[in-house]
Amino acid sequence: MLSINKTTRIGSLNAYKQFLCTKSDDPIQSHIGKLVKGNKIVVFMKGNPQAPRCGFSNAVVDILNIHKAKFEAHDVLIDENLRNGIKEFSNWPTIPQVFVDGEFIGGCDILLQLHRSGELDKILEKNTQEKPVA
Amino acid sequence: MMSTASKCVESCIRTKLQNRFNPKVLQLINESHMHNVPKDSETHFKVVIVSDEFEGMPLIKRHRLVNAILTDELKSGVHALSIVAKAPTQWKDDPIESSPNCRGGFGK
Repeated sequence: MLSINKTTRIGSLNAYKQFLCTKSDDPIQSHIGKLVKGNKIVVFMKGNPQAPRCGFSNAVVDILNIHKAKFEAHDVLIDENLRNGIKEFSNWPTIPQVFVDGEFIGGCDILLQLHRSGELDKILEKNTQEKPVA
Repeated sequence: MMSTASKCVESCIRTKLQNRFNPKVLQLINESHMHNVPKDSETHFKVVIVSDEFEGMPLIKRHRLVNAILTDELKSGVHALSIVAKAPTQWKDDPIESSPNCRGGFGK
């Protein structure tokens, strides 16, 4: 009886451990969790802002520059773990990805539409301490 | 499971979107030729979809819905998916802009 009990307890302990093994236990996921909060605006892109390696990434950089927004960029082409990890982190299958105040905003299409509708101003303004001078 | 053979990716995407969203407008544009991939590739697509289901729905949620339906394609061979998802009240029959040109990052 005792041994059965023990097995059962170990089994449920393993199940509990599995349950606890959430995204934050995955080193790359917790790393990304810190990266997205590393700056008000964080972009995961192909290439760097000076030399984007993808038209969609280039468009995101252009839009943020139009808004004179300062942002931190991470090149997924130099880190395969980051490239795969960011897709899992945000549950979003493509690059680039834009985060504002740690929150996923979208990729190129969404940023472009937010830019055109004027909503991007509000999103960035809300997250910028210094109000633009009129 | 049957693999997604080349040439059928476009029709698979079209069928899935048609069945799921019953769209009023559905355009699927293969933009692969704009990228550094072999001729006749099915790697880069633009989807233009107008459906009642998108009425009042945040942009990011619309995109997530479309992405979710095409999870298999995005995991297997489709590398880029540009999405224009609108409700019928937002739809104007304007020409759809082409996606930005490739800058060489694919395959790296």
